Amino acid sequence: MADLRLAGIGKSFGAVEILKNINLHIEAGELFVLVGPSGCGKSTLLRMIAGLEQITAGTLEIDGVRMNEVPPARRGIAMVFQSYALYPHMSVRQNMGFALRMAGQGRAEIDAAVTRTAHALQLGSCLDRLPAALSGGQRQRVAIGRAILRDPWVYLFDEPLSNLDAALRVATRIEIAKLKQAMPDRTMIYVTHDQVEAMTLADRIAVLGCKGIAQVGAPLTLYRKPRSEFVARFIGSPAMNLLAGEIVQTGEVTMLRLARGGGSIAALVPTCPGDKGRRVTVGIRPEHMYPTESATHALAARVELVEVLGEVTQLHFAPCRPGGQTVIARLPGIHAGLHGRTLRIAAAPENLHLFAEGRSLLYR
Amino acid sequence: MPPLVMALMSILIGVTGCVGYVYFSNLVLDRVIFPASGQTCARNIGRANLVRPWLFLFPALAGSMLYLVFPFAGAFWRSLFDREGDAFIGFANYRALGADHVFQGALANSLLWVLVVPAAATCLGLIAARLTDRLRWANLARAAIFMPVTMSLVGAALIWKFVYANDADIGLLNAIRATLGAAGPLDVLQIPVWNSFFLMAVLIWTQTGFAMVILSAALRAIPREIIEAAIMDGADATQIFLRIEVPQIKGTITVVWTLVTILVLKVFDLVYAMTGGNFGTQVLPGFMMGVMFRDDGRASAVAMVLMILVLPILAWNIGQARKGGD
Repeated sequence: MADLRLAGIGKSFGAVEILKNINLHIEAGELFVLVGPSGCGKSTLLRMIAGLEQITAGTLEIDGVRMNEVPPARRGIAMVFQSYALYPHMSVRQNMGFALRMAGQGRAEIDAAVTRTAHALQLGSCLDRLPAALSGGQRQRVAIGRAILRDPWVYLFDEPLSNLDAALRVATRIEIAKLKQAMPDRTMIYVTHDQVEAMTLADRIAVLGCKGIAQVGAPLTLYRKPRSEFVARFIGSPAMNLLAGEIVQTGEVTMLRLARGGGSIAALVPTCPGDKGRRVTVGIRPEHMYPTESATHALAARVELVEVLGEVTQLHFAPCRPGGQTVIARLPGIHAGLHGRTLRIAAAPENLHLFAEGRSLLYR
Repeated sequence: MPPLVMALMSILIGVTGCVGYVYFSNLVLDRVIFPASGQTCARNIGRANLVRPWLFLFPALAGSMLYLVFPFAGAFWRSLFDREGDAFIGFANYRALGADHVFQGALANSLLWVLVVPAAATCLGLIAARLTDRLRWANLARAAIFMPVTMSLVGAALIWKFVYANDADIGLLNAIRATLGAAGPLDVLQIPVWNSFFLMAVLIWTQTGFAMVILSAALRAIPREIIEAAIMDGADATQIFLRIEVPQIKGTITVVWTLVTILVLKVFDLVYAMTGGNFGTQVLPGFMMGVMFRDDGRASAVAMVLMILVLPILAWNIGQARKGGD
């Protein structure tokens, strides 16, 4: 079992600081997902854990041992790269057995281990092929097999699905989830910019923004109780709608008046008396919106675009001013003939999120 | 007409001639022979596009026919005649060459050069390419190693004649020997067999830079993630170089090796300038040059032998290039 402790980790290239003061504790046996928009340094963080990038500040501990200066191969880590990084001149068999060969294991021993793993990954028939003769999905499986053969305590995945087409991406995602189930005592760290991968795979997620880690928690915690607008917008698809509003009554239940709504609506967020009159951003997820006839509603707007997906219908509402944020509602079932109509939209009090200065009012 | 004007005129005529040929030949093809109009429009465009590559190939093909294939056939024909070129003597020139000890020596030397120089230049170039990749002042080091490539072989020969000079005050080699306490100066270019290696050193010196530049580019084209995967797999720097990097640039190594081999088979000026082919250092091109003034038939036969030596390497190289292109 191996847990990872990142304490005050930072990375700078010369004067440019990419990561600053990252503190994380990744539990042993956990599938931990690092998610965030491109360019926020999540791959760099993963590469620092792998030992491919030097750690310029802070300490990395694996299983209680400081790893900053330990060479990559001796950290008990295997990595699956975005581009698969298979050795193009070696057969699948040689690719998968390379690490064992470097470790000085016997030929027969390596061969047996490679064959066993290859069959488990349905690669048995292409053991003697070169990577160039494999499909994208097969290449990814070879890369995963290469990691498995090293039998590490910690697996690192660097956006492993981003080079696959949509159908294969779903299939491989499920395979990785099964792989994790088959080895519950191994720790996996998975980097992605795709929040769907994060939500489906993770035991816990860390959302990495430009200013560092925005929030760490279980997928549903991030979904239900985002700490900030950034996390709220990042987790969930389509993204959470943000509407301007004002607090008119405080207490265990907060009453709000929304700029484009009617009457005062309730949110199950406690506020203190000093908050009265405070301007806030009200977040409502598209799937929590429903149409209403009531005079008390969160939004009244014209439907600009209707996407009928079958199981749900997505309504795009015109923004309050041109170029503004489009509001999207997701209604179960098929709704036709709504285009151009003005609808009133409401949401249950427990599904309203309140943010002030970008931060959730739940956490203060 | 002053020479400068004449040179400019010929450049002008040459360039406009080339441009004019390409332009007008295509014009004739598209407008006159297969016009892209009327009922057969689509068929004509297709046919014109089948013919077009040949329009572009024609000048090069004609040039190589005139200056390569024709002289080659002529030289072969000439090699079957006697010294004056009057009497047909069949393969007697080749038989005479086979019995000629000087020719055998030159052939043996040429083969030795072919074995040693390309191997040494490619290996040293590869090592230089790998090592300079890690240096902060890599560009300076690369420039220094590449410099000899730009030098004419006669110039290189002159420099190295100083290095090898039979005088501790001039020759670097003998100066080193003197410092180490050797008795007297030594003319390394006169020690049989070894002197060939001292000559080869000069060519290796000039070709290492060439090999380095090309191999360095190939090494840089290897994706970084593959190297990182090898690091994660526990390979050390030497293992990464030998098992991951070198196998991936095998094609480029082959090309460099063959190019240097072809150059080695042609090398004449270096030997001519340094030893004049004496002291057992003669190589085939030098031997041919010597024979040429006495017996054209026999010299043509030597040229044929050289050609036959290059042919398999050439064929293999083209085959490799084809494979690489697929």
